[in-house]
Amino acid sequence: MRRAELIMAAVMAAFSLYLMWKSAELPIGWIPGEGPGGGAFPFWLAVGMLVCCVLIIVRWFRRADEPARSEDPYMDRHTMVLFAIVAGSLTVTIGLIEVVGVYIAIPLFLAFYMRVMGRHRWIITGSIAAFTPVTLFFFFEIALKITLPKGVTEPLFYPLYSMFL
Amino acid sequence: MLSIFTKFAKGLAVASVAAMVPFAASAEWTPKKPIDFIIMAGKGGGADKMARLMQSVIQKNNMSPMPLTPINKSGGTGAEALIHLKQKTGDDHTIMVTLNSFYTTPMRQSGLGVDVMTFTPIGRMAEDTFLLWVKSDSGINNVDEFVAAVKAKKDGEWLMGGTGSGSEDNILTDYLNATYGLKIKYIPYKGGGDVAKALAGGHIQSTVNNPSEQDGFFKAGTTKPLAAFTDERLAMYPDAPTFKELGKDFSYFMQRSVVGAPGMSAEAAAYYQKLFADVYKTTEWQEYKAKKSLQGEFLTGDGLKSYWAKAIKTHEGLLK
Amino acid sequence: MEIFAHLMDGFLLAFEPLNLGLVIAGVILGMFIGAMPGLGSVNGVAILLPMTYLVPPTSAVIFLGAIYYGAMYGGAISSIMLGIPGASTAVATTFDGRPMALKGEADRALVAAATASFVGGSISVVLFTLFAPPLAHVALAFSAPEEFALMLLAFATFVGLGGDDIPKTFFSIFIGLVFSAVGLDIISGEPRLIFMDLPGFFHGINFLVLAIGIYGIGEMLWTIETTKGNMKISQANITVRRIWEALVSLKSGIKTMVMGSFLGYFVGILPAAGATPGALMAYGVAKGMSKDPDSFGKGNVNGVLAPESANNAASTGSMLPMLTLGIPGSPTTAILLGGMVIWGLDPGPMLFVEHKEFVWGLIASLYAANFFAVLINLAFIPAFLWVLRMPFTILAPVIFVLCIIGGYAPTQDMHDVWLMLIFGIVGYLMRKLDYPMAPAVLAIVLGPLAETSMRQSLLMSSGSFDIFFFRPISGVIMVIAIILLILPMLHSFNRMMRHRASRWPL
Repeated sequence: MRRAELIMAAVMAAFSLYLMWKSAELPIGWIPGEGPGGGAFPFWLAVGMLVCCVLIIVRWFRRADEPARSEDPYMDRHTMVLFAIVAGSLTVTIGLIEVVGVYIAIPLFLAFYMRVMGRHRWIITGSIAAFTPVTLFFFFEIALKITLPKGVTEPLFYPLYSMFL
Repeated sequence: MLSIFTKFAKGLAVASVAAMVPFAASAEWTPKKPIDFIIMAGKGGGADKMARLMQSVIQKNNMSPMPLTPINKSGGTGAEALIHLKQKTGDDHTIMVTLNSFYTTPMRQSGLGVDVMTFTPIGRMAEDTFLLWVKSDSGINNVDEFVAAVKAKKDGEWLMGGTGSGSEDNILTDYLNATYGLKIKYIPYKGGGDVAKALAGGHIQSTVNNPSEQDGFFKAGTTKPLAAFTDERLAMYPDAPTFKELGKDFSYFMQRSVVGAPGMSAEAAAYYQKLFADVYKTTEWQEYKAKKSLQGEFLTGDGLKSYWAKAIKTHEGLLK
Repeated sequence: MEIFAHLMDGFLLAFEPLNLGLVIAGVILGMFIGAMPGLGSVNGVAILLPMTYLVPPTSAVIFLGAIYYGAMYGGAISSIMLGIPGASTAVATTFDGRPMALKGEADRALVAAATASFVGGSISVVLFTLFAPPLAHVALAFSAPEEFALMLLAFATFVGLGGDDIPKTFFSIFIGLVFSAVGLDIISGEPRLIFMDLPGFFHGINFLVLAIGIYGIGEMLWTIETTKGNMKISQANITVRRIWEALVSLKSGIKTMVMGSFLGYFVGILPAAGATPGALMAYGVAKGMSKDPDSFGKGNVNGVLAPESANNAASTGSMLPMLTLGIPGSPTTAILLGGMVIWGLDPGPMLFVEHKEFVWGLIASLYAANFFAVLINLAFIPAFLWVLRMPFTILAPVIFVLCIIGGYAPTQDMHDVWLMLIFGIVGYLMRKLDYPMAPAVLAIVLGPLAETSMRQSLLMSSGSFDIFFFRPISGVIMVIAIILLILPMLHSFNRMMRHRASRWPL
């Protein structure tokens, strides 16, 4: 926990420096007769972020707050595995959406999660994995007319469109 | 949920009618999936209202077998929409409603690398007009008195409200400042409605709004037009002379056009050109045009392209 | 009394068979749209606008009003059950609604939300009927300085929301405000903070992307960790009796609901403000009024009643600037405004004169929609609770899917889905270290309004801050806001000093 606290504060401090640098692309000072320039608002707020991070780091050295004192591990092994599985499968799913679209990626994700995390029977897993995309299609694409990304599978949907739209 | 079934029933009905009536020979290409209808402005603005009107007209009259799905991409004064369209090069299902930021945004943000002349011209649906407005109780009755009133104030104390920075309103304010030697300060607002309200509330002293944005307050007697940036007087405001009548060779319009992605197939372009030509002819559109003092005939193809080329020249001069 | 006659006509109209059918269909559809994370009343109204062309204009208005209210109720459902605010107006509802659901009181929270919404809607319709024309003038007197003062006040009522950790709370506020600045600088018209030149940043960071990331993905990761991946969210039993008891127990919250309704209505009237600041301020005030402020955020029913009554009242309130001035008070009314143009009506100062029957028909149908929304909502509560009783390993992946789709739907851009995932993961990692996340979400909602109005004001005054203090309305609000801002800071500074003194005696 203690180490994570320091690393997070340092990373966020670096991020605020990046934000300051990025904000400075527009004028950050006071323009006479007009008020603050376009970059002033984000710039000075990023300075505020940096100050907060510095305070957190100072406090860390003085062991003045809870996470800075705690010697508990930030993530135990079990949590780490769970986190890696969930965050990893989400990343893969979103990546797959870009390529093969929601109607392939989402059933795969559902099936994976329910089988691996929940150890549900194939019958439950399969029916939810099949039912969800059908509901999505009718609710979003037909009722609300929001087209969801389909990647390379798009042409497969042309007959469905001409049937329902 | 209700809508699914009505749609489905309607779809069947349309399909059976279509089977009986042979299509006209020209309609070879038809859209295969919902058409992305990009709007180069935010929700609720003038361009958005017009786009949703077009969408409604098409849907109501069953003019397209596939629906148009409006998507607002207002980011970066239209930069986001332009980049999106450019990335969709060769796509037959992406069209966009555009205004004058179509010319000015690529000029002001040269890093975009967008050449609007490569975009597929579909149709100019109308040209919006601009007038110079003040409060009715300001005691100002014409442009001369307006100039005198601005000069009587200290520099930067006369406030002109407008929609966005570097926009049409901003260009017209700069024009007034340059032509009459004024120091009007321009305050950007989010939308024309906010601008009209700020004038009615007396928070700013003048606007160069479109009739559609200011007309309500004109009818209520709160604000009045002094002059029009058009070629001829507008029928709705017969007392407001044009700047041409006042001896300035200047008029300015905002295009309300539909464009397609660059490199769209010729068949698809022809389909959309016909579709929007038909929208233009509907009574709904014509009524809307008359009511909002919109001008401009339908332009398409090369006619629209040469119109853009001319407008780009004009804007290069104005933005200098 | 002419007004009441018009209002009665409106009611009669709303109860015609076609219109009644549309109200019920609209409320149910709106409820599902609102309950979907990422979709709110804006999307519902925008998407279904063209469909209203198929029916006469009055029925169209009734249908849209029904969707509007259905979606507002639905927003509370996802706030309470999933902890994900479906729209910015429902953010404040998560603060206590979610803890209530986790305690097994999801049914009480849902009943409270429905009742409060109904009270808010009812009070605001009465206020609207009595005071519409004079209040239009108040809206006209409101300009950039007043808007800024109001935003400051909204922040002020919220200072106490973060944890006790002052640097981390401020860090959260600051990062939310910086993210709110991404996109376009409206004053100079220049793009700013376009990270890595990705075009997706041109439209800024949508509030929903951050909210779904943090409350959706982040919260789910947190729940998975604390429960080791398997749990039941709610153990609530559903019986008609429990629902009835929940209704009766709300008597003690009447004061909160009335306060929320009035506050919400008046904030809603102000152009550009809309329902979100109204709901947030009502939550802050309810907490301030309470004898037991520490129970807020831990499942106090007043923390659901206040924002829900306020956001419904504000929705009616925001109709006022739309109808009288032609300016939308919220994104949803902006779309409705477009709809009115399509139907051939001209919103603006003349509407009350030229189309009286339309105005009162709209108000009456909003009220009818509100009435049916509460009934339908109560009827659906058992169904929603049944969903919550599913095993977590089924619910979790479905919620993740809703998050992904919800992140995509508002802008239809995969860029936002990736951003949402990043916010979710980083938000979870930060939350483990006690960084409070709610302030960042609020900051990203209020930030753009605050910055724009401040800089417009300074342009108007040529850079002088006097403009905020020497205008009657903004002066008064500014003074209240500053007092509210300073008080808790002094308080916590005091506490911190004492705390420190006790730990390191000199």
